[in-house]
Amino acid sequence: MTHNIYLYILVAAAVSCLIRVIPLTLIRRKIKNPFIRSFLYYVPYVTLAVMTFPAILDAPQIPAAGILALIVGIIAAWKGVNMMGIAALCCVAAFFGTGHF
Amino acid sequence: MTGENFGMNREKHAFTSGIRDGIPIALGYFAVAFSLGIVAKKAGLDPVQGFISSMLNHASAGEYAEFTVIMANAPYVEMAFVILITNIRYLLMSCALSQRFAPDTPGIHRFLVGFGITDEIFGISIGRPGVVNPYYNYGAMAIALPGWSFGTAIGIVAGNVLPASIVSALSVALYGMFIAIIIPASKKNRIVGGVVAVSFLVSFAVSKISLFDQMSDSMKISLLTVVIAGAAAFLFPVKEGDGEDSMDTDEESSDYLDFEKEEL
Repeated sequence: MTHNIYLYILVAAAVSCLIRVIPLTLIRRKIKNPFIRSFLYYVPYVTLAVMTFPAILDAPQIPAAGILALIVGIIAAWKGVNMMGIAALCCVAAFFGTGHF
Repeated sequence: MTGENFGMNREKHAFTSGIRDGIPIALGYFAVAFSLGIVAKKAGLDPVQGFISSMLNHASAGEYAEFTVIMANAPYVEMAFVILITNIRYLLMSCALSQRFAPDTPGIHRFLVGFGITDEIFGISIGRPGVVNPYYNYGAMAIALPGWSFGTAIGIVAGNVLPASIVSALSVALYGMFIAIIIPASKKNRIVGGVVAVSFLVSFAVSKISLFDQMSDSMKISLLTVVIAGAAAFLFPVKEGDGEDSMDTDEESSDYLDFEKEEL
């Protein structure tokens, strides 16, 4: 059978929304458990790190461009460049890293 | 600091700050969503459908998976399951954010802030000191979500117009934004830096081990997050008291104070 694209979008949207909203609306007080507190503290950094590497190597046409973008991004972030600047520098690095001069 | 003075000015100021910080996110989103639009087109979505999908779902990996399900003409139940797995990290982010809300924050703010969670909006709102001001998130959402959605729609219309070299270069913009969140935090806190380094290494190792080949990327991300953040919490518990704040060095604490003065 053929499915309706709008219905697909609606199902996806409903599930995404529930996942995002349920903890925020149900957890109303500070979690006291030190383990859970520490776990939640580390979650964002770990999840962003594992999403970045090694996926950044596969994003551009060749992995070398991804490595260059990663190194340039880390140096720029270490030096205190803002978010947009870092993203832009990564793009430039990937462009040149692919061999377009 | 307690966030009790939600005056009009404070809300307005937070909203403007949100827009300001949301501009780079919106630009990055536009570029990334553009390439997502190319996938959406393959799945048979028109620009309006792509726009609606991105306004409601606003998740890169999640939408990529969504379009794959549409392409496969799979059952709706499979869509629900795939989205649950690909977006499970938002559940964790939502838990983390709940700890940064003033306990008396009304449900409508909780709902709207929750709806607007993306990796980057979460990143910038958790990066601010003190309690979350929902208006800051609304500001960021007001600019970032349309950037994402228009990017998707325009990608569907014109995705194949740009040369491959440009699309290739733009594709790393998203990762640049992730780096912009994890590296400054690593610089400020050595334990976070170590955890980030371990995350890179383990993630790389898992990508090379054939045992994990069957697992989807989003499943790997969720699993690694739970294991590594769990191990870090076990080995390096955050000190009791102020949570995040207690982990800061003196240098950063003073940064926080300066930042707060500016915010108030």
